[in-house]
Amino acid sequence: MTPTPKKSAMQLIALDARRVCAKLGNDEVLHGISLALLRARWTSIVGPNGAGKSTLLKALAGLLAHSGQVALLGQPMARMRGRDRARQLSWLGQNESSADDLTAYDVAMLGRLPHQPWLAPPSAGDHAAVERALRATQAWEWRGRPLGQLSGGERQRVLLARALAVEAEVLLMDEPLANLDPPHQTDWLLMVRQLVTSGKTVVSVLHEISFALQADALVVMNHGRVTHQGDCADAATHRALEDVFDHRIAVHHLAGQWLALPRI
Amino acid sequence: MSRSFTRQHRKAFWLAMGLLAASAALLLLGVSVGSTGFDSALAMRRDPQALLIVLDIRLPRTLGAWLAGALLGLAGAVAQGLFRNPLADPYLLGSASGASLGVAGAMALFGVSPLATSWLTRLGLTGAAFVGAVLAVLLTLLLAKGVQHTLRLLLAGVIVGVVLGAVTSLILLLQPDVMQAMQSFMLGSTGFVGWTACAIMAAVFACTMVAAWMMSHALDGLALGEATAHSLGLALPQMRAALVAVLALGTGTAVAQTGLISFVGLAAPHLVRSVVKTTHGRLIGLASLMGAVLLTAADILARGLMAPQELPVGVLTAVLGGTYLLWLMHRHNGRGSGL
Repeated sequence: MTPTPKKSAMQLIALDARRVCAKLGNDEVLHGISLALLRARWTSIVGPNGAGKSTLLKALAGLLAHSGQVALLGQPMARMRGRDRARQLSWLGQNESSADDLTAYDVAMLGRLPHQPWLAPPSAGDHAAVERALRATQAWEWRGRPLGQLSGGERQRVLLARALAVEAEVLLMDEPLANLDPPHQTDWLLMVRQLVTSGKTVVSVLHEISFALQADALVVMNHGRVTHQGDCADAATHRALEDVFDHRIAVHHLAGQWLALPRI
Repeated sequence: MSRSFTRQHRKAFWLAMGLLAASAALLLLGVSVGSTGFDSALAMRRDPQALLIVLDIRLPRTLGAWLAGALLGLAGAVAQGLFRNPLADPYLLGSASGASLGVAGAMALFGVSPLATSWLTRLGLTGAAFVGAVLAVLLTLLLAKGVQHTLRLLLAGVIVGVVLGAVTSLILLLQPDVMQAMQSFMLGSTGFVGWTACAIMAAVFACTMVAAWMMSHALDGLALGEATAHSLGLALPQMRAALVAVLALGTGTAVAQTGLISFVGLAAPHLVRSVVKTTHGRLIGLASLMGAVLLTAADILARGLMAPQELPVGVLTAVLGGTYLLWLMHRHNGRGSGL
């Protein structure tokens, strides 16, 4: 029998990956990634195109066949039942097909599936959770409209609400800012901060490095490996970030925030 | 709940009511008209022969058209949700051709006629059609390498349909004695439907409806993409297999009793969605009702258009459905979005 992790460590670590390797087709895109993501923290995964960020996120979400182990809140994910995992971990993908014929409300309600007994109609609690989620992404106003009639940004807010409606302990988001206009990007940022304050764990893959630097911690990836993991305020993290992007960007401090600007 | 949210629910309710009312009206109409005009219906109280015509020929036939349409509408809604493909349809996926090959094979092997009414024969033909439909869907999926690529899936379905259709024709050529009966059957006709066929279709419709409804959450989840559906904890492989079985059973049962009737399964869910946007739990029921109304109406038209000569209803649905499909493609192109 394998030794179970100590309780304190279990409470601290939300996602624990050990030697995770994954293939897309015949190419190995993740080469033995070991990573511990802390609970009640927001971690951003960054790296150049093709670094394996989305693949890592999928592997962490248990959506991709991989070797090695991933533990979610101290439990080995491979041995968890699908529904149990789905209650504790919510995943928002990018470029998934978008259910044009469902209304925003119906889509958000799908986030409650892991909580509903099979064949049971949604409970009052489910409706309340859906309302909270749709209000959090300012999508409540047009909850009766089908997704096919929404703009890209509006649709993204509905999909975001779907992920929030799960009310899971751990939220994994792949490019959540896609199609969002600046005010809603800021809203998203504040919402994530609030989630983390309330004890949830957020892991996001972001292309916008300046947004990624708003997180608590940063995971820098390149060629399917983690090249650095550290606090966003850390100088070593900034150096790793500039390294991985071939020093084509520089991290600056401005108005109390870290910014990545092109080096011209 | 606000108005905008309940609007779709209200629409769904009124659509269901409208379709039920239309069904009742069409069933009455279907029972009253026939090759002898309204006479039999009017004479039925006095004339035992007219009563016999109504009870043993027109009633099961009209009810059979309704049930076959409902089965095809259900199969179409399941296929479009399962394959996340708005053009998926029992006919285009090749499953209908597979089912008719099953029927032809069974008839050639055991020398039975599609007109047979005995329980055992009808059940046997239905089973053969089911097996043929399952094999055809699996073959289509194999050729298309999965369901992701819309165009490849449709091409594979068409290819499977053509090849299986050719094999069916070959079997018929080798069996000239069943050819005549089979030929009219292949064109799609409700003329052979008796009470046995009705009972089989009703039983299968009840089972597939309940099964599809129980798995409608999986179809909703799949609309968000495979990975998201998986992340919601849905047991996709099992539900997929069960839904393919529902699709094949619905198609196979309809084909075994009424032959190849195209486009009803494609058009019914489309027509429903153009009126109301709702979850699959409701869509499945509404698409069944819509398919039932479409086929019952088409059947009455087919009987009336060239009376006393009768048009095979499959020919009529092919013409009407093909036109609808063309219009649908034209509209999609006009909006600049690929299907």
